[in-house]
Amino acid sequence: MFTFVLRRVVSLVFVLFCVVTITFLLIRLAPGGPFDRERKIPPQIEKALMAKYKLDGTLWQQYRGYMGDLLHGDLRLSTKYRDRTVNELLAQSLPVSGTLGGIAFLIATAGGIWVGAYAAVRHDRPADTLAMLGALLAISIPTFVIGPLLILVFALKLHWLPVGGWTGIACLILPAATLASPYLAYIARLMRTSMLEVLGLDFIRTARAKGLPQGRIVFKHALKVAILPVISFLGPLAANLLTGSIVVESIFNIPGAGGFFVNSIQNRDGFLLGGVVIVYCALLVVMNLVVDLAYMGLDRRINLYD
Amino acid sequence: MIETAGSLRQTPAVWQRLWRGRVPRTALLVLAAVTLAAIVGPELMPAAAREVSASQFSPPGPAHPFGTDLEGRDLLFRVLEGARISLLVGISGALISFFVGTAYGLVAGYAGGRLDAGMMRAVEILYSIPRLVIILVFINAFDKYLKEWMASSGMGGLVADSRVIILILCLGLIEWLTMARIVRGQVLSLKAQQYVAAAQALGQSHFKILTRHLLPNLLGIIVVYLTLTVPAVIMDESFLSFLGLGIQAPQASWGSLLADGAGVINPVRSNWWLLVFPAVAMCVTLLALNFLGDAIREAMDPRARR
Repeated sequence: MFTFVLRRVVSLVFVLFCVVTITFLLIRLAPGGPFDRERKIPPQIEKALMAKYKLDGTLWQQYRGYMGDLLHGDLRLSTKYRDRTVNELLAQSLPVSGTLGGIAFLIATAGGIWVGAYAAVRHDRPADTLAMLGALLAISIPTFVIGPLLILVFALKLHWLPVGGWTGIACLILPAATLASPYLAYIARLMRTSMLEVLGLDFIRTARAKGLPQGRIVFKHALKVAILPVISFLGPLAANLLTGSIVVESIFNIPGAGGFFVNSIQNRDGFLLGGVVIVYCALLVVMNLVVDLAYMGLDRRINLYD
Repeated sequence: MIETAGSLRQTPAVWQRLWRGRVPRTALLVLAAVTLAAIVGPELMPAAAREVSASQFSPPGPAHPFGTDLEGRDLLFRVLEGARISLLVGISGALISFFVGTAYGLVAGYAGGRLDAGMMRAVEILYSIPRLVIILVFINAFDKYLKEWMASSGMGGLVADSRVIILILCLGLIEWLTMARIVRGQVLSLKAQQYVAAAQALGQSHFKILTRHLLPNLLGIIVVYLTLTVPAVIMDESFLSFLGLGIQAPQASWGSLLADGAGVINPVRSNWWLLVFPAVAMCVTLLALNFLGDAIREAMDPRARR
């Protein structure tokens, strides 16, 4: 067990290292530099700027310097938001994205598992058909359509909820629902398929023969096995949701970290990009480790550390 | 013939089963209709519909069945044009992912051992970089080069379409990762079959074993996954266009039309048709594709046939 976790942590560091390297090379080798957009600046000033942001020297020197700073926990200065460190920018925006993403994660997981299990129990009856049609619809409509539609109905016509912003709990409802809907639908589909399979197994028939009530069969016996495919989807889902979504954050005007992925590339802000990619990748790998551990806890037959 | 999930020998039966089902037949007919409309539709429209006119934001009516947009263009014409680009991007992107992913997965699974481990580790690392980052860096880096290269190599007529081409390449080169994983997993189980050992004992070349013996048995699962990749790519493209990074005016795709529509929603005049018609066109297509993919999967699943 201990060696398993240790080995995974070593591989985590390796993956992180590769990802940081690839990201650094991609953004430094892409045409255009961080100071291209402004008016033509005199060469001396550009040189001083490059030195200030440690972008001078050969690529190899830059890379070595960056890696050294990263090891000290310094994500460096952003070249776009002048004089602010990437650490500072992330510390400000990640909690916002994390709160929203966390709530969406809970909605998607709990809702998806419930809808999927319910549809499986009602297999081939109207409730099942309706639920699965709804799920496919939610997957087929992009979030940037769902968001404005929700605003149109609940904020502009009914005036129940605010249009956007980040001022209170009421502001969370629409964005969290928008963010969660496609994932909820995806989890519901996964859950239904796997639950249907499990409900056809022999041990469920035994439970039925013993006269257990339907609710206990589904929630106590079947759910534990049927939930496994859903669990393995939760790792990437958490990494995706917690680092913010540019679409939802821009539609609802939320000061989160989702926009950094796009903006930092447009501005050639390599260190900001590096920062968000590191956070994303670390979350992804750690969450996958948690998922594997949960897997082994739920199903004792699975043993990943041999 | 062995019973893996869907082999080529079963194909006629699979098609029969698909055509007899109400849902897949509807899906097929819808897709055929959308494709036909996309190909011939814009040609049948009167010339006046293509031009910018003075009647901006006029609601749906006899002259303009879908209404007009900010510049007074007929929305029906724009939606049909958008269908062309969205379908083109979706299908070509999925095909690229199919070629790359299948080849990669076949080689990794068949070679096994160290090569397999290394190749799959590379896939894992690419998975750990947010897709958006890779796509955006690609678009930013190569758009200019591609335009210059086209202009200099006598393909000047294609310069206007360079965005579409680069989008297809990027999305295809991102989507192959999942395909590679699926194919590799299948190859691992297939190559343990005796008929592969027999072919090897008879001295057949690796290439022939891959293409003659393994590939046909993989086609089922590949077709299923391909049907599901097309909507995924269409969705990705619309997402990029929404961010203003995909298709650029005056060209249109469903995503860019939706982005325009979402941009002009306001409490005073909702201009609902700008959002609703492209959304319906896109959702119907994606729904049909997803339904079809599900139906093919069910039709090929040996367990479902009992």
